[in-house]
Amino acid sequence: MMSFGVVPLAGLVAAVAVDVPFAVVNWHSVLFLLFAAVACACAVAVVLADNVVRMAFYLVLSLAATAGLFFLAGAEFVGAMQLMIYVGGTLVLLVFGVMLTAQAPFVAIKTSAGDRVLAGMVGAALLAVLLQAAFRVEPWRRPAMAAVAAPAATPIGMALLGVRVDEPAAGVPTTAVRSGYLLPFEIVSVHLLVVLVGAAYLARAKRRRTPRSIDVAASSVGPVVTAREAARSSASALVSGGGR
Amino acid sequence: MNTLATGLSFAATPLVAGLFDAPVGVAHYLVVGAILFTSGVVCMALKRNALGVLMGIELVLNGANVNFVAFSSPYLRGEGAASLGLDGQLIALFVILLAAAEAAVALAITLNFYNNHATVDIDRADDLKG
Repeated sequence: MMSFGVVPLAGLVAAVAVDVPFAVVNWHSVLFLLFAAVACACAVAVVLADNVVRMAFYLVLSLAATAGLFFLAGAEFVGAMQLMIYVGGTLVLLVFGVMLTAQAPFVAIKTSAGDRVLAGMVGAALLAVLLQAAFRVEPWRRPAMAAVAAPAATPIGMALLGVRVDEPAAGVPTTAVRSGYLLPFEIVSVHLLVVLVGAAYLARAKRRRTPRSIDVAASSVGPVVTAREAARSSASALVSGGGR
Repeated sequence: MNTLATGLSFAATPLVAGLFDAPVGVAHYLVVGAILFTSGVVCMALKRNALGVLMGIELVLNGANVNFVAFSSPYLRGEGAASLGLDGQLIALFVILLAAAEAAVALAITLNFYNNHATVDIDRADDLKG
């Protein structure tokens, strides 16, 4: 795994040091290559690892590197949310799940070699199709260096409130009415609340019901005393008390 | 050792120089997203640990997120290319939120399964088999 990553990296460093002048290096591309290599290598390592604890660790690295890719694409708010919600919340949840279920026989559950070969073939076919589609469209391959755009946090916040202040996408007329995201925001917030309540209900600890105090009092009187008999005796006591 | 390093740098120069000089485009991001997606699909199909399947789902959602962010980015596309604008980033945010909700419920189901069956091997979850 490590040698797989180190050899091309050493080649890159040597090429930079020997042939490419320092000022010509496009640092956006260099950082992209770094983050992309970490993200892809760790994603493949998640598949190849058998130990579930190591899988969780590689997944943390892969998602954090993906957040770096988001920053490089100019989506700094999404990158920050990726770090805070995904890496900081969801994966901590997963690691807790790993810790709660990591009994010795379940830390490393092996998959059979035939399944591995079959999954590798299917994965390679899927990857070939996706890569072919990725390089199909010409203007996606040859980007121009755009001017630095404004930070996207304010337009995102306004769009979540239902007001669009960002530039419309290419091809959309400026006067077109564009929908905000207030309704999906509300739906997602209620959805998150319901899901968390449901998760807490599903994962609750199953305790034996503790007997309530009234049950304890009834059982201490004795099993033969039914409610009707108790009512009758109390009524007769009332009558006799009134007649006295 | 020195000759090896020079040979390596010469062999890598045409490829590497292009990678370092040319700006990164949407296609580069699509490649990363494709690798993440494929890894996630293979992980979901291959792992027998229920938490491993969950990690595969996270990888798949993350690959889709990479594509959404790449299509919405103002830096990556060439002249005349279509763009999602800010919508891509908002969709990516909603995907992150829904992934958090999905992970919470799936983890609760996994813990319930573990409580009832004393294992997290999903091949043992065959109670409904006729």
